[in-house]
Amino acid sequence: MDSGLLASLGPVMTAMKLSPDQPSPLSALDRPNSYIGRSVPRPNLARLTQGRGQYVSDVVLPRMAHVAFVRSPHAHARIKTIDTAQAKNAPGVIAVVTGAELTKVITPWVGVLTHLKGIKSAPQHAIAVDRACWQGEAVCAVVARTRAQAEDGCALVNVDYEVLPAVTDAETALDPVTPVIHPALGDNLTFERTLSVGDPDHAFAAADAVVETTFVFGRHTGVTNESRAIVADWNPGEQRLTVYQGTQAPHMTQNLFAKHLGLEEHQVRVLTRDVGGSFGLKVHIYADEMATVALSKLLKRPVKFIADRFESFVTDIHARDHRIKAKIGVNRDGTITAFEIDDLTGIGPYSVYPRTSGIEANQVVSLVGGSYTCPNYRARARVVFQNKNVMCQYRAVGHPIATAVTEGLVELAATKIDMDPAELRRRNLFADDNYPATSAAGLKFEKLSHHASLDKILAMMDYGKLRAEQAELRACGIHRGIGLASFIEVTNPSAAFYGIGGARISSQDGATVRLDSAGAVFVHSGVTEQGQGAESVLAQCVATSFGVPIERVRVVTGDTDNTPYGGGTWASRAAGIGGEAAWQAGKALRQNVLAAAASILQADPKALDIRAGIIVDADTGRERMGLDEVARVVYFRPDTLPPGFQAEFVATRHYVPRQWPFAFTNGVQASYLEVDIRTGAIKLLRHWCVEDCGTVINPQLVDEQIRGGIVQGIGAALFEHCLYDEAGQFLNGNLMDYLVPMAPEMPDIEIDHVVTPTADSELGAKGCGEAGTAGAPAAVMNAVNDALRPLGAAPITTMPITPERVLGALLRA
Amino acid sequence: MGERFCDINLRINGEDISARVEARKTLIDFLRDDFGLTGSHIGCEHGVCGACTVLIDGAAARGCLVLAVQCDGAKVDTIEGLSDSGVLIDLQDAFIRRNALQCGFCTPGMLITAQELLSRGGVPSRERIRDHISGNYCRCTGYHAIVDAIELTAKARESTRAGRDA
Repeated sequence: MDSGLLASLGPVMTAMKLSPDQPSPLSALDRPNSYIGRSVPRPNLARLTQGRGQYVSDVVLPRMAHVAFVRSPHAHARIKTIDTAQAKNAPGVIAVVTGAELTKVITPWVGVLTHLKGIKSAPQHAIAVDRACWQGEAVCAVVARTRAQAEDGCALVNVDYEVLPAVTDAETALDPVTPVIHPALGDNLTFERTLSVGDPDHAFAAADAVVETTFVFGRHTGVTNESRAIVADWNPGEQRLTVYQGTQAPHMTQNLFAKHLGLEEHQVRVLTRDVGGSFGLKVHIYADEMATVALSKLLKRPVKFIADRFESFVTDIHARDHRIKAKIGVNRDGTITAFEIDDLTGIGPYSVYPRTSGIEANQVVSLVGGSYTCPNYRARARVVFQNKNVMCQYRAVGHPIATAVTEGLVELAATKIDMDPAELRRRNLFADDNYPATSAAGLKFEKLSHHASLDKILAMMDYGKLRAEQAELRACGIHRGIGLASFIEVTNPSAAFYGIGGARISSQDGATVRLDSAGAVFVHSGVTEQGQGAESVLAQCVATSFGVPIERVRVVTGDTDNTPYGGGTWASRAAGIGGEAAWQAGKALRQNVLAAAASILQADPKALDIRAGIIVDADTGRERMGLDEVARVVYFRPDTLPPGFQAEFVATRHYVPRQWPFAFTNGVQASYLEVDIRTGAIKLLRHWCVEDCGTVINPQLVDEQIRGGIVQGIGAALFEHCLYDEAGQFLNGNLMDYLVPMAPEMPDIEIDHVVTPTADSELGAKGCGEAGTAGAPAAVMNAVNDALRPLGAAPITTMPITPERVLGALLRA
Repeated sequence: MGERFCDINLRINGEDISARVEARKTLIDFLRDDFGLTGSHIGCEHGVCGACTVLIDGAAARGCLVLAVQCDGAKVDTIEGLSDSGVLIDLQDAFIRRNALQCGFCTPGMLITAQELLSRGGVPSRERIRDHISGNYCRCTGYHAIVDAIELTAKARESTRAGRDA
């Protein structure tokens, strides 16, 4: 970067010394004023620190009413009668609406996609009709002038239920004696996938050792700090629905609201401003959100629904409730000969709309063993219905499970043959110099860096020294463990993820850039800001490819009326796909503006460039004119331009990966912790991650995505669990009893990178949003078992690893 | 059963306010719904997450566990007032530079809690910082960056103090 630019950016640049600030070494991106590879602070942070955010919870509209829901206290019950008379007369109550009444406004849906062969589900209504299928399902809505009055009204609704048998245990859901939740479907099987590659039977038979165990993952949930929030405003005068929604995918929800309300898509506008955390939880559509838009249409006025924390626990998607029997074959030289898994997962009474609840198990099947060259693999996954809250995709979908199973097996195999676990990985990971490669399950890898990543993390940890310290402390009765976890991550998905299955979920994304009359640039993008820093990344891409200081770039997202059609933010796609579209749009606008400048200057456009907001001679950098001057002439004195020349100061580009169905990334994590064998308490001491997301557009944002993701993974490993009793009652659905990671228990986290750009885009950026969550549970689990192994404890393969489970393992030793 | 509505007088962000409030209304609902002070957030409404943290007579408190009527005669400061007054500006700046917030929903409460610790002076250890913010839930950052930002601010304030004393 030239020093002149540094000086011109003044305080902003000097303020950034807190984090790495090195331009990318990549030549294609190495524009003279490149922001690629720099930790530019996010433009939207100042207002958020001042309490000037605009979350949906903050939205207030004229005539706005509030809805609260009466929710089923039973996991499974027939709704015999609903007496609303008293509630209707309560102070402030505007309407009391049952599920049956709402079916006149909104149609039900079925959460299936055609590429998940055989997946089935039953029609789900915005509000339950006739029958409630989980504890927490809404059975009646009360709309009132305030939320408190709506809740008062709910207390006056009398529902007469006939309690039905609840199917809660996934293990017995398919037994012939178990009641079928949706009789029309024939059984409780949502989806099944089997896979057999190579010759697993022979590979296990011929292996020097076979290790078999069962992994159990605790059902947990997203716990976004801002709960789900929506304000729907049907305006009969315009025949238009405006929805303020904390969502990751505004164009997707626009489609769904239109489809089920019987509207055209253009009659629905979805606005997404600040979102108080999403993590995959806000990429689905929820029944109470559908009910809210329907109520607005019915009542012809704005209706607001904010899930309170108790509602969040019983209605936000849960995830990761899997029981996996797993097996690994290994030879004495460390060669892994085969993997086998049998996954059983219970997803609640409905497959969630529109992405389905089959994807998580599908991903587990695809991802197990995916870092290793082992050619023999057998897998079965069964997804079953049950009368609990629904499960669906949550940050790192399937990855934390697949990684914990794979890496758990690898460490057990290493113990079995008495080989250092890092060495066993080294002997089986895909070689860094042998790509493209395909995994046993058929995943196609463009280029990964498992070995470079492993080498780097071992150096960061000072692995040899750490092992020595561990042994030394062990002699003093201090039990520490070191756990490793290599992983792969699906990012930048193409249409292979949802589009081919018939979902109207866009895998492409677009960016429109526009030069204003004073030389600043507006970027309108279809991806959304969820706090991860997408708007910064978009600004960095456009500032670089167009050639302006980043302060002169304004980013607009989250408005279906004013952004190009796109998929939004999920599956680690915002930077890799949205960023590339913005990069290309910036380049296109540069060409357009240079054409105008050349016309004004009587120069060859190829001899000009835009740098730091100034038109310069490309070869010498000599300043020719400011962008403000080009804009002034084009907008206010076009009469002075040559006849026939028309300037175009708006450019749009779209991008979708075409060469690879997914841009796989890879990485490795390590955990160092201490187990108190008297109390079973686990103290996390250090955590490391080396990750390869290709080109790093903003190192600070990437690192913080990984840190946040790791802590979410630690939550799953040690704390978080949605506990149900046999009747399907959620036992700990509040923040007192459901434990989330808080600051004192969390370690500092060290991060480094290997950079292997994808050739599928010019930027070369892959995703990084889920890597932390993908690998952390495995690393922590392996570290706990590493600490307990010399004490003779059986390996703990059930999460969360509570002190009780640690003590249990020690007692059995 | 007592009165349903009560008349209260209090000072919010330096402004004297007289209001009639429903006795059951929490302070956080009162601030957000009646005064548009939406910078303080509602995360759990049972005192765990800390998103609604405000200052009552200078002490950090949960806006969801206090009734508005209990604040009769009190001085309440929210993120809006504290931002306008500039007392948090260095801490806010450190949060921005360190990317110590992502979605930003916990941030106002986190800043107020951190300020409470910083106002005691000195440079607290990272462990002490983690302990002090133990009642503020952040789902996005993993806390590391928040601890960094608070620590950096403590060091900067300490060196300013040392400079002044020298």
